[in-house]
Amino acid sequence: MNCDELRSKLTPYVDAALRGGELAEAEAHLRGCAGCAAEALGMLQTKLATRAAGMRYTPSPEFRRRMEQSIRAQERPAWRSLRWPRLAMTGVAALILIAAVTVWVSHSGRERELTKIADMHVTELASVNPVDVVSTDRHTVKPWFAGKLPFSFNIPELQNTEFTLVGGRVAYFEHSPGAQLLFNLRKHQLSVFIFKDETGAHLPWPKMTAASRLALQIETWSEGGLRYYVVGDAPASDVHALSELLRKAARS
Amino acid sequence: MADPESDSGSFEELAMPLFARMYNFAHWLTQDRAEAEDLVQETCMKALKGFGSFRQGTNFRAWMYRILRNTFLTSRTGLKTATVSLDSDEENVVEPIASGTPESILISNLDQQAIRSALEGLPVQYREVIVLCDVEEMSYLEIAETLAIPIGTVMSRLSRGRRAMREQIQPSSGSRRA
Repeated sequence: MNCDELRSKLTPYVDAALRGGELAEAEAHLRGCAGCAAEALGMLQTKLATRAAGMRYTPSPEFRRRMEQSIRAQERPAWRSLRWPRLAMTGVAALILIAAVTVWVSHSGRERELTKIADMHVTELASVNPVDVVSTDRHTVKPWFAGKLPFSFNIPELQNTEFTLVGGRVAYFEHSPGAQLLFNLRKHQLSVFIFKDETGAHLPWPKMTAASRLALQIETWSEGGLRYYVVGDAPASDVHALSELLRKAARS
Repeated sequence: MADPESDSGSFEELAMPLFARMYNFAHWLTQDRAEAEDLVQETCMKALKGFGSFRQGTNFRAWMYRILRNTFLTSRTGLKTATVSLDSDEENVVEPIASGTPESILISNLDQQAIRSALEGLPVQYREVIVLCDVEEMSYLEIAETLAIPIGTVMSRLSRGRRAMREQIQPSSGSRRA
């Protein structure tokens, strides 16, 4: 894939709409072409900034109330026309269907969340300043977050492991501040994101979830009211090893 | 999806969770609070009336947004919105080569107001596709279904709309940094 071909695929690339061979070819080109990588990053950041800025207008509570009343008033005659046995059966069916929709929506919410985390990791790595506090010393990095976040967390002891702490920065996810830590492992870079655990619109996560997005491995879990995400292009076993270190540090 | 004939409560249950987002989309289309309220109200009433024709198992959100968008197009503001194209060719969009300082640095320093102004300044057919994709996080297929246009047109409008936004954003952020 040359630069012209890549640029015709950039829009679906940043929208995660490329699949299979096209995605692999685009990623291979981006790894070797700084100009196209900068263009892709610019488009991705415009997209993320638009997402944040676009949810701008909120209906007034009074308008919402008026609409609810209006819809109920319009629907009422339909109730009267239904026979009760049929209503009971269809009510049960509707409940099952709504439950299925809820589960589906929940699953979609989690999928989007993991994709956003993967995007944040890729954006961080492409940044000229991937971290704001640069230090391999956890006793320097952890205090740097004091006063910047509404919670505290532990950074694991990395002595006798292959991981090296690079530094950290404040990250924002769904308008909430959190910590982003960067670790080196051989030639890989892994991000750790820590946010307050808020279930939000979807059902609670399973105890621990491992997934893969755009060739990135992601592991997420909740511990002590905080949600952790470990993401990187290292093998899943290495992502899991760093996750274990973080879990052990959180319990210490 | 609920059966509208047998689940009379289902319209409210399905529609009200979309209410705030539909209002946001309506406001981006009309750029006016009162008109956005009228648009959402008319959409809900039309959808409720036509709920019997909603096909079970199809995408309720796309169905509602399609009604909203069609209602907008026939409104006074929608009719006034002339079809303005940033480029007559709708297919085979190639992104221009980036130049100078990496744009990523500029955009990362933007405030939300610059993004909003750029989005507000777009012709409606580009603004709506960007809001549906980036804010509503709809898939290309869902957007194509909502706007009744081919997926290729969705992609080309996204590409041109985003490019126009970035062109508007870059000079202002550059001057702010100076």
